[in-house]
Amino acid sequence: MIRLTSITRVFHMGDQEVRALNDVSLDIASGEYVSIMGPSGSGKSTLLNVIGLLDRPDSGRYELDGSDVTALTETEQARVRREKIGFVFQSFHLVPRLTAAQNIELPLILEGLAPAERKQRVDAVLDAFDLTDRATHRPAELSGGQRQRVAIARATILRPTALLADEPTGNLDHRIGAEVMALLEALHHSGTTLIVVTHDRELGARAHRHIAMRDGEIVGDEK
Amino acid sequence: MKLRDTLSLSLHSIASTRTRSLLIVLAMALGVGAVVVLTALGDGARRYVVGQFASLGTNLVIVLPGRAETSGGFVGAALGQTPRDLTLDDAQAVGQLPGVRRYAPLNVGTAELASGGRLREVTILGSNADLLPIRHMALSHGSFSGGAAQIVVGSVIARDFFPDGDAIGQRVRLGDRRFRISGVLSKQGESMGFNTDEIVIVPVDDAQALFNTETLFRILVEANSRAAIEPLKQAMTQVLKQRHDGEEDVTVITQDAVLATFDRILSALTLAVAGIAAISLAVAGILVMNVMLVAVTQRTSEIGLLKAIGAPAADIRRLFLAEALWLSLAGGALGFALGHLGSWAIRLAYPTLPAWPPTWASVAGIATALITGIVASLLPAARAARLDPVRALSGK
Repeated sequence: MIRLTSITRVFHMGDQEVRALNDVSLDIASGEYVSIMGPSGSGKSTLLNVIGLLDRPDSGRYELDGSDVTALTETEQARVRREKIGFVFQSFHLVPRLTAAQNIELPLILEGLAPAERKQRVDAVLDAFDLTDRATHRPAELSGGQRQRVAIARATILRPTALLADEPTGNLDHRIGAEVMALLEALHHSGTTLIVVTHDRELGARAHRHIAMRDGEIVGDEK
Repeated sequence: MKLRDTLSLSLHSIASTRTRSLLIVLAMALGVGAVVVLTALGDGARRYVVGQFASLGTNLVIVLPGRAETSGGFVGAALGQTPRDLTLDDAQAVGQLPGVRRYAPLNVGTAELASGGRLREVTILGSNADLLPIRHMALSHGSFSGGAAQIVVGSVIARDFFPDGDAIGQRVRLGDRRFRISGVLSKQGESMGFNTDEIVIVPVDDAQALFNTETLFRILVEANSRAAIEPLKQAMTQVLKQRHDGEEDVTVITQDAVLATFDRILSALTLAVAGIAAISLAVAGILVMNVMLVAVTQRTSEIGLLKAIGAPAADIRRLFLAEALWLSLAGGALGFALGHLGSWAIRLAYPTLPAWPPTWASVAGIATALITGIVASLLPAARAARLDPVRALSGK
């Protein structure tokens, strides 16, 4: 489903060149549960951003579901992000002035769905994520765990084929973090491809496939 | 994203940054309000002047003695001649021309008015009975036939000299001659420098005797219609030239020409004032641009998030444009209301000034607000749409 071939991403810091991704090739099949681990600066987040089309590689080829997505226009890439990829961030990235329900509704608005259908789907998701009584609360009025649940609900409401999580439990305590991981894993069980970036060994170990990165290269890939 | 959702989402973000939004709306409103009020003032002044001219008389052709020309001067001067004076016979000859509805010779001077121990220096107009309809003056009492020794006095004079009774029929002395008051002018107030409430109108023969002169100050002619003015002017010039031994030593002016000139000057003035006000609108537009740029910076991570969950650049651009549209729309509407309120206050303070904002100014004010608002937000919107999602998400 995801096929990266010789992906390179170079950042320029002053006159220094940093190869965040150096000739990375990777295949991830549909329905896999993958963890990407490595020290800070190893390029694991950049890899996730490239997979999630948030970042363009400088060279290499990226095929998603059999089609080359690096060649797509900005608008087409936005459409792929919206429909095939769900992103979960360490710092949740909820819009502070919107309520939980409105945050979850955003992708449906971008998709151009009618208000009646939006309401129905948001209600269903709120119920599934046990957030119904928090629907009208703003992010500031929610606990960290609740915020991440809202973020996950938002990432998955359009039923993406791949769910990408960048340190999803980084801002949560251990118990709440475990709950959030359980939620992500439940989504994986229902068929979603799950890719988690973390530097927490315990979390990484829960995945079925472990990719280790260092200095922009994949140094380990075991199932 | 649907247009409806773009509009409601942008409205939502405006509502959540209340102070910032209020400031922009206020700036816009002041700009639009300034355009409306200033054009109302300018147009009010124009209408006031045009009204004043209309009160002087309509379809008026005026003859002045002497040639008003900057080049050449009076040709006869070299031969020791002086320009011929205008006489009553000239006035009669002009009055016989086709296309003349009525005409009035005019003498102007001052003399002492005396009656019952009261004495006052007054302005005297010597003319005939047609002066009143030509100059749009009306009598409140009595009549004026132009008959010998009959005079008409202004309302203030009638009140001051005869405070407790009817001025009609009273005998008065003007200079060294005796007159009988046959009519009193209705109150009209100031009109082009004359306070008609304090003048005395006497028959032109009496005025010439009083001032010991044969010449006229003006001949006022009212044409049958607007179309008749130009041929009449030609004919009058011709007749007077013949009567003055082929010398064109009079000036014939038409009210229309003067009126049109004033109209043009004041319209230009209104436009200039509106232009100045439009600059304040442009300044408001730059303010909008600044605030929108700040908004883009403040909301960088939100923009990054929208991109991450699949908003194309076009959607982001439209969101920011819609925000500017709402702000300018609110500012324009508020400014429109403020402007009309201000014009109303001006009309209340100066009832003689018809300070009604012209429709074009209101429309132009609001349109300029919308356009500057949108143009000013193009740059911030484009900037927001161009943001790199990864960097935007991290708030950089």
